[in-house]
Amino acid sequence: MQFKGTAHRYGRDIDTDVIIPARYLTTSDPVELAKHCLEDLDTQFVAKVAPGDILVAEENFGCGSSREHAPIAIKAAGVDVVIAKSFARIFYRNAINTGLAIMECPAAVDAIKGGDVVSVDTETGTIVDETTGETFTAQPFPPFIAEIIEAGGLVNRWKNKLGQE
Amino acid sequence: MTRPMTMAEKILAAHAGLDEVVPGQLIECDLDLVLANDVTAPIAIKTVRQITDKVFDPEKVLLVPDHYVPNKDIKSAEQAKIVREFAREQDITHFYEVGCMGVEHALLPEQGVVGAGDLIIGADSHTCTYGALGAFSTGVGSTDAGVGMATGKAWFKVPSTILFKINGQLNPGVTGKDIILHIIGKIGVDGALYQAMEFTGDVIANLPMDERFSISNMAIEAGGKAGLMEVDDVTRAYMDGRVERPYIEYHPDPDAEYAQVIEIDGADIVPTVAFPHLPSNTRPVAEARDVKIDQAVIGSCTNGRLDDMRQAAAVLKGRKVHPDVRCIVIPATQQVYRQCMEEGLMDVFLDANCAVSTPTCGPCLGGYMGILAAGERAIATTNRNFVGRMGDPTSEVYLSSPAVAAASAVLGHIGLPEDLD
Repeated sequence: MQFKGTAHRYGRDIDTDVIIPARYLTTSDPVELAKHCLEDLDTQFVAKVAPGDILVAEENFGCGSSREHAPIAIKAAGVDVVIAKSFARIFYRNAINTGLAIMECPAAVDAIKGGDVVSVDTETGTIVDETTGETFTAQPFPPFIAEIIEAGGLVNRWKNKLGQE
Repeated sequence: MTRPMTMAEKILAAHAGLDEVVPGQLIECDLDLVLANDVTAPIAIKTVRQITDKVFDPEKVLLVPDHYVPNKDIKSAEQAKIVREFAREQDITHFYEVGCMGVEHALLPEQGVVGAGDLIIGADSHTCTYGALGAFSTGVGSTDAGVGMATGKAWFKVPSTILFKINGQLNPGVTGKDIILHIIGKIGVDGALYQAMEFTGDVIANLPMDERFSISNMAIEAGGKAGLMEVDDVTRAYMDGRVERPYIEYHPDPDAEYAQVIEIDGADIVPTVAFPHLPSNTRPVAEARDVKIDQAVIGSCTNGRLDDMRQAAAVLKGRKVHPDVRCIVIPATQQVYRQCMEEGLMDVFLDANCAVSTPTCGPCLGGYMGILAAGERAIATTNRNFVGRMGDPTSEVYLSSPAVAAASAVLGHIGLPEDLD
């Protein structure tokens, strides 16, 4: 998939409590969750994020709780892809399972500035900072995980598999 | 002859039907148990319904509403209702209603539901707690849990393992909580990212089960996928009489390959507190005495077990909570609660002016039962001190052992039990 949008930059160890605070976990409605995405980190985020925008963060993005509400809130807020130096493992699985695109690329994270326009191709792993013209390549997904993404998430992969049996 | 393997590798290989696995290998495993709570189960249940009408095995799906239960508001009541109705419809054996419910990771080992050698996924990040029993258990999101409930299967990337060898003599007052805070302080909140942690050595061998659970519980706070300990006589004594089905002990091979071996001298560990806003931001309690507190919370899946209650009560006995502090004690299960009454600990807490709550995760995740106002500070025996974790985004949480939290509640600032004399 190809995406193009404005980069919003944050630091390392962005935890799931700031991505979506537990006080809003009494619902799993994506629209409700999106209203509070990242509000304890940046009260302006929801106001400034536009559909198609891109989150850029340092190491260990999504650490903490297993709440799937976190990738759901990010996606529903309009973000198409998160580029980070590394992802916490539960968040990594949850993003793939819920169809939020993620890319691991330390070089791109070091170079991209907040406000830069960035385009990505998740299949080739290519990341282009359109503002500076620099190009980067993210770590490719292992084939098994690429298969889940291609199926449209883990549930669809199982539906396809059970349908064939 | 298969390759020598770590505990994590052995348990995963056995559940994938393979003789051996290597780190990095992607495998599909048969699950022994799948867990979810009132926050994560509603999404997992939707996932189950997309795939099938019936869960793979009603005895192997565990539903524990504990986060916002007894319900804190109408929305959380609706979430719990979804779980309750699903449990009835599917004849789920291990569904725990209010009155039987406890904090999931204290309750399930206590009730003998989880055992050594199990492969468990749970839609709660602290599912890694059962590593203390020699199980490979790990937190996942709701979709993974839902697929697990529907199919009995999950995919895993076999993690490499970091071995923590903890030997030597512990200092007085150092508990399992101080050991794991020390480790997280040393390696950081992503120090074990994508990896399993295995804890061994004299210090672990001499710890009671409740303190071992505290260590495995916080493996996730170092990014770990699991926090494993070998089964020994202490583990067997705990499981015998609780776990009714046969359990399997997987011991690491002596020549197993570890990604890293970290040796820790028990004498280097002191009573420790994690400052805001990361569990890795640790300092000795002795250097934190200038931090005034408004609240102390003693409970949670990390430190809400009987030994934790005993350690807190030993400090609070004959003393009063500081007039500027609210001290909230939450025994993690009904059994712990009852035992607190039988041992007279409840009298100690009430005499000291503590509020004692029915089991719930409550304030640990900023749910209810002790939310912080702007700028307020709490010391807590819980597991996370992220921004806004227990309330207002400008509030602060300091993580400690039960004895340090209890002493701090009396002092009005962070401190050690010996500061009270």
